[in-house]
Amino acid sequence: MLWKCFKMAVQSIISNKFRSMLTMLGIIIGITAVISLVSLMEGLTSEVTDAFEEVGIEAISVNITNRASTVELPVEDMDELAREHSDVIRGYSPSVTMPAYIKDGTDTLNSSATGVNEQYIDLYQYKLMSGRGITYIDVERMQKVCVIGTYIAKEIFGGNALGKTLQITGVPYRVVGILEERGDSTKGSEDDSVYVPYTVAAHTTNTRKINNYIVYATNQETVEAAESLIENLCDKDIGDDDYYNIIAMKAIAESLMGILDSMEAMLVAIAAISLIVAGIGIMNIMLVSVTERTREIGIRKSLGAKQRNILTQFVMEAGMLSCIGGVIGIIFGSLLAIGAGKLLDMNILPTLNSIIVSFTVSAAIGVFFGYMPAKKAAALNPIDALRYD
Amino acid sequence: MPPLVELKDVYKIYKMGNSSVHALDGISMTIEKGEFVAIVGQSGSGKSTCMNIIGCLDVATRGVYRLNGRAITNYTQDELAEIRNKTLGFIFQQYNLIPKLTVIENVQLPLLYAGMRESEQRKRALESLERVGLKSKAGNYPSQLSGGQQQRVSIARALAGNPSVILADEPTGALDSRTGREVMMFLRQLNREGNTIILITHDNSIAAGAKRIIRITDGKIVYDGPVEGDVTVMKMHGAGEEAPYDEKAKGAT
Ligand SMILES: Nc1ncnc2c1ncn2[C@@H]1O[C@H](COP(=O)(O)OP(=O)(O)OP(=O)(O)O)[C@@H](O)[C@H]1O
Ligand SMILES: [Mg+2]
Repeated sequence: MLWKCFKMAVQSIISNKFRSMLTMLGIIIGITAVISLVSLMEGLTSEVTDAFEEVGIEAISVNITNRASTVELPVEDMDELAREHSDVIRGYSPSVTMPAYIKDGTDTLNSSATGVNEQYIDLYQYKLMSGRGITYIDVERMQKVCVIGTYIAKEIFGGNALGKTLQITGVPYRVVGILEERGDSTKGSEDDSVYVPYTVAAHTTNTRKINNYIVYATNQETVEAAESLIENLCDKDIGDDDYYNIIAMKAIAESLMGILDSMEAMLVAIAAISLIVAGIGIMNIMLVSVTERTREIGIRKSLGAKQRNILTQFVMEAGMLSCIGGVIGIIFGSLLAIGAGKLLDMNILPTLNSIIVSFTVSAAIGVFFGYMPAKKAAALNPIDALRYD
Repeated sequence: MPPLVELKDVYKIYKMGNSSVHALDGISMTIEKGEFVAIVGQSGSGKSTCMNIIGCLDVATRGVYRLNGRAITNYTQDELAEIRNKTLGFIFQQYNLIPKLTVIENVQLPLLYAGMRESEQRKRALESLERVGLKSKAGNYPSQLSGGQQQRVSIARALAGNPSVILADEPTGALDSRTGREVMMFLRQLNREGNTIILITHDNSIAAGAKRIIRITDGKIVYDGPVEGDVTVMKMHGAGEEAPYDEKAKGAT
């Protein structure tokens, strides 16, 4: 019986190709919009997630904003905290930015160097292409050594930099390590970087104290715990919480994700409105169809069709109409998303979830908006229906 | 055994604002199994109303209608649909075939709604089409058939469910007189095979093909008896025309 109903629905849709197409158009557009927008937003989200994962979502940056010499967060205190709470804090590094005028013949590569400790390169998930990183000895003895990115290595030394001497603001530093390429080896990318022992960097700058730290929690779950430990330390050492700020990457990531999520929700809501409009279109056409087929309904009833037989027939037809529209929309939307991904140079693919949800939603729209006309058809009085022409 | 069809003092009153139309004004009749009854009357006399009630498409305003001894009152639409499906076969003036279904699919419809298996439906529908001589047209669409053939398909559809009563409302109304007579001959044959047939017509020459005539005027029965007793029909015969369905008369010439 259901199979027969299914066949009849197909026949009825085919016998009115043009009208069926027009009716489906709304669903097609709505589902295309939903699929492509959701895929695009998902692509964007995963791009952002990747970016955060590179830095490390467990990173917490501590900045002392008051430059008065009395306000200080000594490295010893930070070191003690990290060692005492190794279950929460994976590691830390001071981060001292020093201006670094690096000369390439007559050209000045206007870069800056960062003073870090021996943990930094690991924490930041850098890999060494050759040589070694900054060591504890380098830090303790304030050795003038540096680890450089591929951009600097390429620009200054033409690639083969290990063991050579780099002039930073007129001071010679020995290149002890070269980092693996992380960006695209251009200016301003992550490969345009120079790392030196933080003690050297701090000595070079005027204040000589450490104003910035980067702390890594052991994992995403311990970020909050690490944050509050740092908070306590700052409170003890500095006191006034106007003088410092603690920013967890996780919080930034979460707020960014929140923005992306609400953007996605808004776009989907707009698409959903178009789906409701499409549903009303289906209802409209089904009402016309019921009126046109009043006589057919009368015949079926006179031959013994029950209300539910007629109801099933029309609901099935509406459901199928919108399911076909949904499938076409899913195909169009996927193609659009993939095309947009190619244009934006992003890896965008519609998720299985969004496809399943879209299909279910389009089926539901058909059934929901087809129900009222179908109910009307089912309730027709057979004599009146038979007399109708 | 109760009679197949029994109407007792049946009224059908249509209220139109202040006035009311007595489409059926106290009708009583009994029809036994195996009869071939023609209900005749002029346009607006109440024939179709009567058939709608007998056919369980409508219910009487007042009075009792029993089908197979079962009083048709207080049934839901769905229950009436089931009674129609099991006990009644309809033949309409406009054939009422569904144009987008093939001939066999049309004939299968009552069997489909009876919940029969697809293979069984096809078997029965083909048998039924064979009886009306249209087995070869099973895969055609109604629009590809002549009017007479379409009416035969609708007869096949009425027969398919093996109903107790076949109800035909002006079955020849849309056909030319020759094809109309053919359809009539076919109904007579079905009757000889044991089917109970109730035929509705305003055409006396068609009515003459039945065995019994019930004449209605203004919602009242004015004659109920054998064809030979009906003045109007016999008057027509008296005019010198040969009774078209009188096989005995035919054989004599
Ligand atoms: N739904 C209705 N509402 C109001 N009046 C109706 C309705 N159906 C029938 N009637 C009236 O009832 C009377 C009998 O109608 P009916 O259709 O039974 O006549 P009929 O004998 O079949 O006529 P015809 O030969 O023209 O088909 C008519 O006066 C008609 O106007
Ligand atoms: Mg009539």
